[in-house]
Amino acid sequence: MLKVNNLHAGVEGNEILNGINLEVKAGEVHAIMGPNGSGKSTLASVIAGKEEFEITEGNIELNGVDLKDTSPEERAHKGIFLSFQYPVEIPGVSVTNFMKTAINESRKARGLEDMPANQMLKLIREKSELLEIDRKFLSRSLNEGFSGGEKKRNEIFQMAMLEPKLAILDETDSGLDIDALRIVANGVNKLKSKDNAIIVITHYQRLLEYIVPDFVHVLHDGKIVKSGTKELALELEEKGYDWLKNESVV
Amino acid sequence: MDLKDKLVSSFLAFENNVDVEHPVHDIRSEAIKNFELKGFPDRKQEAWKYTSLNSLQKIDFSIFPKGINALEYKDVKQYFLHEIDTYKIVFIDGVYSSFLSETTHDGVDICLMSAALSKPMYKQIIDVYFNAVASKDESLTTLNTAFSKEGAYIYIPKNKMPKKPIEILHFATGNEAALLLQPRNLIIAEENAELQIIERHQSLTSNEVLTNSVTEIFAAKNAIVDYYKVQNDVDNASLIDNTYISQKSNSVVKVHTFSFGGKLTRNNLNYYQNGEYIDSTMKGVTILGEKQHVDHHTLVHHREPNCESHQDYKGIYGEKSMGVFNGKIIVDKIAQKTNAFQQNNNILISDKATINTKPQLEIFADDVKCSHGCTIGQLDEEALFYLQTRGIPKKEAAALLMYAFANNVLASVRIPELKMRINKLIANKLGVQLGFDL
Repeated sequence: MLKVNNLHAGVEGNEILNGINLEVKAGEVHAIMGPNGSGKSTLASVIAGKEEFEITEGNIELNGVDLKDTSPEERAHKGIFLSFQYPVEIPGVSVTNFMKTAINESRKARGLEDMPANQMLKLIREKSELLEIDRKFLSRSLNEGFSGGEKKRNEIFQMAMLEPKLAILDETDSGLDIDALRIVANGVNKLKSKDNAIIVITHYQRLLEYIVPDFVHVLHDGKIVKSGTKELALELEEKGYDWLKNESVV
Repeated sequence: MDLKDKLVSSFLAFENNVDVEHPVHDIRSEAIKNFELKGFPDRKQEAWKYTSLNSLQKIDFSIFPKGINALEYKDVKQYFLHEIDTYKIVFIDGVYSSFLSETTHDGVDICLMSAALSKPMYKQIIDVYFNAVASKDESLTTLNTAFSKEGAYIYIPKNKMPKKPIEILHFATGNEAALLLQPRNLIIAEENAELQIIERHQSLTSNEVLTNSVTEIFAAKNAIVDYYKVQNDVDNASLIDNTYISQKSNSVVKVHTFSFGGKLTRNNLNYYQNGEYIDSTMKGVTILGEKQHVDHHTLVHHREPNCESHQDYKGIYGEKSMGVFNGKIIVDKIAQKTNAFQQNNNILISDKATINTKPQLEIFADDVKCSHGCTIGQLDEEALFYLQTRGIPKKEAAALLMYAFANNVLASVRIPELKMRINKLIANKLGVQLGFDL
């Protein structure tokens, strides 16, 4: 589904990603771990199409199509979803209205009519139950005054509504207590299918106890320095990242 | 003849049509002397540094409209808040339209300045309040005072509240090639009285219109006044709005100014606190494009202890538009425990748009809380990216963010139908369908 080939990218001449190779197939869950500043969030943003980053070498393919010059909204229409570490507050626009706008924009891009109101309501009800979201929550302004946990739960609710092919969860576990983490992870697990793929970006192993990855990659200095199965995450938890940093120097 | 000379020499003709024996006429005579001495303000004056009236003064304005012009309700319905029932004081080319108006004397007086100035029953109130808070030396205010004759007169006695909001509407028909209007409003809310006013100036053609308006508002103890100014006029209409507010203890006066249109708009909004525990609130949303120019000058004079003032002005400037915000707060030595807040946030969406913003604080008391903040920025790139990753195209995403930016000023609008209207005006002004019902 997703192929990242020798990806070099940066901001204003500062290279942050130094040749990333990654292949994610439908039905797989990949975890990307690494110390702060290793380029995890940059990789997520570049895949989602953030214009601030310049790709200097290599490319990103989605289902065999190069995503070069594809805007973030077009990538969203093709099925890429990015859950933000710090979701943005939009006062005056309710969660429900925001979702209506997002879904109907995607439908418009695919040449479809707006989703009928009753169908939209049904979908909202169904997906909010999945994330154990209260009705009242849906009429609040998007992310405004939300707790850290509410923001993350709302991100996964949006993922559930938009049904992406490839979901990238950037530090979804940060700021969550254990109950919220369980709800969010359950939601993600229920959305997992053989047709979609998930990339989980995290600093800690904790989330991976709930969302079990098929592959774990360690990012350091903008490069994947080690890949393995879920056992690698445990090893990292035990030993930290330093032994890998040394390895990459060799 | 330039506009100043034309105005001064017209005063004699004006005197033929008013009661020169009335005490108000002494006030007018003083006022025209002041205007003759000072003339129109120019950009050498600090308060007019960014707003020039030069080109307006070159226009040959009619000072007294010739005929009485009529309008069909269906043609102007859209400018009323027709979703709800309201009292209406309507003027067409400066002349009262009884056909379009709905006034009352049922426990409250919602009627005309011309009536208040001519009928003996109002004399006592006029003697006390007329020109009592308006400036006696600011030249445009005195120009209005000199020619004051018509406008809205609203008197709400103690413990009363009108049954519905009051709309003050001024239409210009374009029957004159260029028309100068000078409405004069007097609004008095006695103890515990409460009222809501919506004011709008609307030109119906592309002929030049200049309105130089003065409104005096008196809020007695515990009175609550909500005043909404909807400024969404056409390209050739300019407005100088001079509003003077005098508040007594525990009163709350909120003025919301929505500036979306017109050629040149200058808002001089002046609050004078004459009691304790007063709340003075000013909010503004300004969204401009083309070569539009809006200048907000606010003044809050804290003259007694334990009072508050809140100012929150948001501006979005596109194309070659220009905005000015000058917020002056004076805290007298006696006015301890004052809380004065001022916020002015601006977004420039074009390289050619300009905003000049200036807080001006003069604080003579030592136990006060005063804060001010101005920001000028572009749209937050991270927020745009967030919306785009949800499939919302950049243009719509930008509109949604600007809508959100302006929207939080609307939280204090207490008439739901008006709030909806303003929301829609904001969405329209931003030029994008937001894909949902506001």
